[in-house]
Amino acid sequence: MSGTPIDGTIRPRIGAGFRLQWEPAQDCHVLLYPEGMVKLNQSAGEILKRCDGARSLDEIVRDLETAFNAQGLSGEVQAFVEIAAKQRWLQWT
Amino acid sequence: MDMMHAAPAPMRPGPPLWLLAELTYRCPLHCVFCYNPVDFAQHADELGTDDWLRVLRQGRELGAVQCGLSGGEPLLRDDLEIIVAEARRLGYYTNLLTSGVGLTHERAAALKAAGLDHVQLSFQDSTREVNDFLSHTKTFELKQRVAREIKAQGWPMVMNVVIHRLNIDHIDRIIGMAVELGAEYLELANTQYYSWAFLNRDQLLPTHEQVRRAEAVTERWRSELDGRMRLFFVAPDYHDGVAKRCANGWGSTLMMVAPDGTALPCHTARMLPGLAFPNVRDASVRDIWFDSEGFNRYRGTGWMKEPCASCDQREQDLGGCRCQAYLIAHDPAAADPVCRKSPHHAQVLAALERAQAPREQPIVFRDRASSLRLSPDAAPTIAR
Repeated sequence: MSGTPIDGTIRPRIGAGFRLQWEPAQDCHVLLYPEGMVKLNQSAGEILKRCDGARSLDEIVRDLETAFNAQGLSGEVQAFVEIAAKQRWLQWT
Repeated sequence: MDMMHAAPAPMRPGPPLWLLAELTYRCPLHCVFCYNPVDFAQHADELGTDDWLRVLRQGRELGAVQCGLSGGEPLLRDDLEIIVAEARRLGYYTNLLTSGVGLTHERAAALKAAGLDHVQLSFQDSTREVNDFLSHTKTFELKQRVAREIKAQGWPMVMNVVIHRLNIDHIDRIIGMAVELGAEYLELANTQYYSWAFLNRDQLLPTHEQVRRAEAVTERWRSELDGRMRLFFVAPDYHDGVAKRCANGWGSTLMMVAPDGTALPCHTARMLPGLAFPNVRDASVRDIWFDSEGFNRYRGTGWMKEPCASCDQREQDLGGCRCQAYLIAHDPAAADPVCRKSPHHAQVLAALERAQAPREQPIVFRDRASSLRLSPDAAPTIAR
């Protein structure tokens, strides 16, 4: 799944078989998978939509901090990424 | 009216998140537990491609996100690729629910190109003998080949095995086989006793002891696999004595469209008497979902009688399954008889009692001839 341990250099992407999309009818991002759906809250949606396999986790954190005019988000984002990897929502090499 | 128990007016439901298109009742298999209606042969008329594309568009506009393509065997439709491509383009997560028969390499590649997201492959058993007996076909090796093809295309694979007395003791081997074939998910779906499974209930219902053993085996595998393959054990409601929501709540999440265009809140609701279900040829998905009598009748809790109306579980189980109430209690508004509080629960207990010492009797395979024989003017089969 998520081969290496989490540090700022990993480049997470949406897990195989999952799809992230914005659903106007539900006014939120959802993660779709075989016969199921997770409704995401705003912060989960904002993190996951940046996980494109190109950006590193450090870059994602910086991007979020800029977008939301906040600081020190690293711990929170990392904790979420860890949970998401366990659920297979995210993977990286 | 007892004001204490007067239910509030039903809230306007959310969107039908799950749109299940049963593309055809035609099927090369003859499974003894099939959930297609017993009288399927009387509904042979099928929607055309344009009808399905319209239904997909209308469903997506309402907010449907999951699209199931099922049957019968959906691969028997030659327009399956067109339907998948449109569903994917509209933004559905597309699920093909198949027996595997007809999923050649060429067809798999075409479905992949059309954007199909996932394949659920049904297996009957871990042994050739039981698989081929239950489906009345020689399909065991074929399914193994198809499983490898699904993996080769890079699809996540859900294996679905309907569980009953004839295969429940093989559950250890069934799980082992799913692991070997590389399934991401395995659904061990205990038989729901409607339609063909209800006809064959005395041959299919396992004993309490068998269910307990199967649960223990599943639990052992679950901790051993540690999330590598997800295992779902769909609990059998006859044995639990607890009613389960119908499709997450009647008219709450699922809209199913039968091959002839009849829109239903669950696979089997067509059997219920005195209830007209609209057809997608005549009405829009929006009108059907929000305004049809068929979808509104058993929404929420306002329709309930005792013991449901005053039960503290009514918001959890929503009264259970309407088809089971009709099949066993002969009243679609009765409590689901699997519930211990149902006045008809004794009939469920009697069926479980018979499972302890099953009598030899012929099993009924799902085929056209049996369907026609058993469905004079769609009269339902009534419990013994």
